[in-house]
Amino acid sequence: MSQFEIVLLLGMASITFAIRYTLFAVGDRVRFSPLVQQALGYVPVAVLTAIIVPAMLMPGGEGLELTPSNAYLVGGVVAVLIAAFSRNLLLTIFGSMLVFFLWRWWLFG
Amino acid sequence: MSAKTTALLRGARDTVPMLIGALPFGLIFGTLAVASGLSLPATLLMSALVFAGSAQFIAVSLIASGTGLVVLLLTTLIVNLRHMLYSASLMPHVRHLPQRWKIPLAFWLTDESFAVVHRHYLDPHPPKELKHWYYLGSCLAMYSNWFLCTLLGALLGNALPGLADWGLDFAMVATFTGIVVPLLRTRPMLLAAVVAGLVAVLAYDLPWKLGLMIAALAGVSAGVLAERWLAAQPAKEAINESV
Repeated sequence: MSQFEIVLLLGMASITFAIRYTLFAVGDRVRFSPLVQQALGYVPVAVLTAIIVPAMLMPGGEGLELTPSNAYLVGGVVAVLIAAFSRNLLLTIFGSMLVFFLWRWWLFG
Repeated sequence: MSAKTTALLRGARDTVPMLIGALPFGLIFGTLAVASGLSLPATLLMSALVFAGSAQFIAVSLIASGTGLVVLLLTTLIVNLRHMLYSASLMPHVRHLPQRWKIPLAFWLTDESFAVVHRHYLDPHPPKELKHWYYLGSCLAMYSNWFLCTLLGALLGNALPGLADWGLDFAMVATFTGIVVPLLRTRPMLLAAVVAGLVAVLAYDLPWKLGLMIAALAGVSAGVLAERWLAAQPAKEAINESV
């Protein structure tokens, strides 16, 4: 392993562990202000959405691809619909991946 | 079988849907990591020591584009910050445990295990003193699955160089969509998602994945402002709800 890899691994591992462990470690001794508490409630939705929307709309990383030939968009829309109506994670994953791969297979043969 | 083992196995069993979502995601991580120039030991160690799928995924795509260490670590911080919320929600349930439990349970805290374990802690029926065994079972299932998928992906990536183009990364979109959509139950939450998504696209071309950071902040701010605005007008809100 290169020195870059070692520093990267140690850095990523300690940052991630610190985020996950700090509150468990200090337990009761910490109190969040109401604003911080409120803001934390929006973090998962904001971060996860900020990851998936560009992955659906611009999978090539070079501009919007709002066309039916974008299987990520088609599969993503199907995932949103299944998740909204079923609220079932497994069904969402299976259903949208099936549509995604069929769509790509149909497009690219 | 002891009650502890039963709780552990139930935690693992209830995590099976998450394992299926993480499976292609882990495979593609292994494949992409090797393709982006990360060595095989570093790829495996990243899954073993960091154990954070989306951060690993983004790190690998940044490495492929030649990003420096500082930006990689900052991005890890931002992308994983949501885990602090998870630990804040679980803290009341684990605060009685000794550190030898808290350290591994914190290390293994992921989106998937949080979703499963949090639901279990809210369920009044199972005996309270066994719930951390359930938590541990969910974690061990996710961890071993993630590591094995990374290994398999890295080996497959070496054997089939074209695998990275199959679109297995769609599994991340599918899994995260399945987690996010059911959370969009209030209008501020919906607004937070719309703003975060919009800003993420608009700011996508900014260097160092700054767009992700800005989009997350914009989404959180929009949600908080909308919630406060709605709370400040209770009468109007009631009328809107009834229409």
